[in-house]
Amino acid sequence: MFETFELYTLQQYWWIIISLLASLLVFLMFVQGGQTLIYQLGKTETERSLIINTLGRKWELTFTTLVTFGGAFFASFPLFYSTSFGGAYWVWMAILFAFVIQAISYEYRTKPANFLGRKTYEVFLFLNGLLGTILIGTAVGTFFNGANFSVDKMNLTNIYDSAISRWETPFHGLEAVLNIHNVALGLSVFFLARVLGILYIVNSVNEENIFVRARKQMWYNAVPFLVFFLYFVIHLLLKQGFAVNPETGVIFMEKYKYLHNLLQMPVVLVLFLAGVAGVLYGISSFLFCRSRKAIWFGGTGTVLAVFSLLLIAGLNNTAYYPSLHNLQHSLTIRNSSSSHYTLTAMSYVSLFVPVVIAYIYVAWKSINNKPIEKSDLDDDSTHIY
Amino acid sequence: MTEAFDYSLIDWSRAQFALTAMYHWIFVPLTLGLGFIMAIMETIYVRTGNPEWKRITKFWMTIFGINFAIGVATGIILEFEFGTNWSNYSWFVGDIFGAPLAIEGIMAFFLESTFIAVMFFGWNKVSKKFHLVSTWLVAFGASLSALWILVANAWMQLPVGMKFNPETARNEMHNFWDVLLSPMAVSKFTHTISSSYLLAAIVVIGISSWYLLRKRHIVFAKRSIVVAAVFGLITSIFTILTGDYSARVVAQNQPMKFAAFEGLYVGQTRAPLVAIGVMSTSPEDPDNENIKDFVFKIEIPNFLSYMAFQDINAFVPGIRDLMEGNEKYNIPSAAEKIARGKLAIDALAEFKLAKEVQDQAKMDEARQILDENFRYFGYGYFVDDPSRLVPSVPITFYSFHIMVALGMWFMMFFAIVLLLVYKGKISQSKFWLTIGIVNIPLAYIASQSGWITAEMGRQPWVIQDLMPTMAAVSRLDTNAVITTFILFGVVFTTLLIAELKIMFKQIKIGPKQEGGH
Repeated sequence: MFETFELYTLQQYWWIIISLLASLLVFLMFVQGGQTLIYQLGKTETERSLIINTLGRKWELTFTTLVTFGGAFFASFPLFYSTSFGGAYWVWMAILFAFVIQAISYEYRTKPANFLGRKTYEVFLFLNGLLGTILIGTAVGTFFNGANFSVDKMNLTNIYDSAISRWETPFHGLEAVLNIHNVALGLSVFFLARVLGILYIVNSVNEENIFVRARKQMWYNAVPFLVFFLYFVIHLLLKQGFAVNPETGVIFMEKYKYLHNLLQMPVVLVLFLAGVAGVLYGISSFLFCRSRKAIWFGGTGTVLAVFSLLLIAGLNNTAYYPSLHNLQHSLTIRNSSSSHYTLTAMSYVSLFVPVVIAYIYVAWKSINNKPIEKSDLDDDSTHIY
Repeated sequence: MTEAFDYSLIDWSRAQFALTAMYHWIFVPLTLGLGFIMAIMETIYVRTGNPEWKRITKFWMTIFGINFAIGVATGIILEFEFGTNWSNYSWFVGDIFGAPLAIEGIMAFFLESTFIAVMFFGWNKVSKKFHLVSTWLVAFGASLSALWILVANAWMQLPVGMKFNPETARNEMHNFWDVLLSPMAVSKFTHTISSSYLLAAIVVIGISSWYLLRKRHIVFAKRSIVVAAVFGLITSIFTILTGDYSARVVAQNQPMKFAAFEGLYVGQTRAPLVAIGVMSTSPEDPDNENIKDFVFKIEIPNFLSYMAFQDINAFVPGIRDLMEGNEKYNIPSAAEKIARGKLAIDALAEFKLAKEVQDQAKMDEARQILDENFRYFGYGYFVDDPSRLVPSVPITFYSFHIMVALGMWFMMFFAIVLLLVYKGKISQSKFWLTIGIVNIPLAYIASQSGWITAEMGRQPWVIQDLMPTMAAVSRLDTNAVITTFILFGVVFTTLLIAELKIMFKQIKIGPKQEGGH
């Protein structure tokens, strides 16, 4: 089936998969958002344990999605992997450290003789939630605002200095935080993760005190989220974008490029609007109707909104990783992808994704179909973080 | 153009990858093996309905969980380090190497992480059978993730199933099945997972021995020992058989590494195997400090030729043959390979220039030269210093021999333990129980030695013959890499201490009397 597709069709298919994985990742970062709210929502040790245990049942899903996102990006667009990861070294390293300290914190926090003490692991969870979200958001901001790199594949023939991708600032990615638009996206992701964290916690923890505090926290987080998100999106739709001529591969600046992308791909526009509406409905149904199910709207909305934002970053002849150093070195889905053969092979593998989603659903349904409450923390037969 | 390599950048980047990989590998083999041991124990519980077996299973699951968390923490780095520190590599072979990493995520990691949740949280929420299936799926998921990353590693040692495309300046996959089923992939996967199962069996026996010496949890410990010893004996035999096969695959495809295994300087027919050897500290070859002679050795006649080619009369090339060439056995010299590699690199540059002016004839000519010499492409980077083509022989030799000796020893140990169990004397055998505890660090040494053998022995190659470390490394400031190296060292060491303290405490506490994880 896939082998008969044009290379460009496969490249688009894989950009769609990458965008979908990224959007699922942002949704699942409700775990990170929740981790930054442990002390605001939980005032007693038991309440905090409830929150940590409910987040702890999902952290691996987020983590695995991040790892799969990385692997899929490598497999489908290896030039991005080599250029961004090797270039924006400090940003990616900081993100990785933020996730390293998360992975042990749930399991080790309450174990006897855990060396660092319970509090340290809670700080690790907070740092993961803070840095993981802001930095990933800021890094994704460079998809729209560009980064300082150059790419010349023929450097390979210079045996003394063969690096293909080079970073053209000494700050290796840290300069991304000097761009207010990148930071706005980073902060949007951070506050969105907190919003989703709140919605997830009220859905999965049966404890009135936490619910009451959650409503207050929602105001504190939903408002800044909306401010940063609207600022980012309005600027994005009004700014010049990085367009690529499909015939020549030449990259040029186009006015209102991202707005054009939305208008020229009406399905994406509908998805985007539905996504934003879903998030807003999720927030307001919780705030005004005390809905505990709002996570489903907020989560679905997040997936749709992030998905469509990433689609306009790479589809419709757009350079998804623009080079500020030399516009012609910008990465597009055409010039940075794997070969036809590899994309075909990987496309067959992608057919497993629905199977994976199905068994995740069945497995979770079987063990986690009612909210956690205080008595669950005393259940000796199960695993408690 | 800089006329010298920044070797410090290469060394620190290698050191960082080695540090993170070795830390990761402290935790992975136990996860791989303990998964199956737990699954076997739970199967006995489901079959017999005896709650003691549930208690046993749950204890080992606690150990598994502590170990698994830090395995995950140390693992995420490795995937991204290919990009952060080996960016040229990521492009040069990303078309082939990325696929196994993505498949690993989609097919294995989700399987593992989903059913681990059922395994830990589902005791009273799902049926016994569903829980048992989940535990087995965790075990299979872990080994499946090992499969894909080992396929990727094997491909670096024996690049197959691809062709270099000068248009994109990278290797492109032509046959997925060749990549998946190459002899190197088969040997790497089977040897690595069987040795990991072996390590887990040693750990289970070691911890259980400690209980028996302290006369605590006698029934628990004896039953754990029985399961682990049977599992260990079978997997240790499998480890030795797959190790033997791995050595043959290496001999055929990575002759320099194979020579380094044995410290074989001058090739010979009817080559003996050095069973035990001590190397001199001064170099035998003044041009290369990596080459050392033996001050003491015990040899098994003809065995190396047999091991490599299953023929005692076969010629096993030594380091000198591979560097200086050997006409009789049709082995090209390093100088010849370097010249051909340089031809290939220059032809790629020519191709690019010809393409810019659309000179088809010149493009064809360059492409032909490139195709004829591509198999030596990576050698072209060694025009200034061919001696770097030789890996560190002492490190490779010692790590290889430590691994082999310990592997043999573990097989004997499992057999002895089973014999003692059969005779009903295991609880009284203080000597063997103490040996059981001592074996735990030895198993980790063996396991790490295996990777040191495989990875140090293949230096200077990131991709055998095609890309050396110096052409693969990201163009970073050395100080940046030193900084992250130190950060990784501090963070991972801290986490390791935490893990060990928690683990020791849990072992001290022992299996709970009823319920509880």
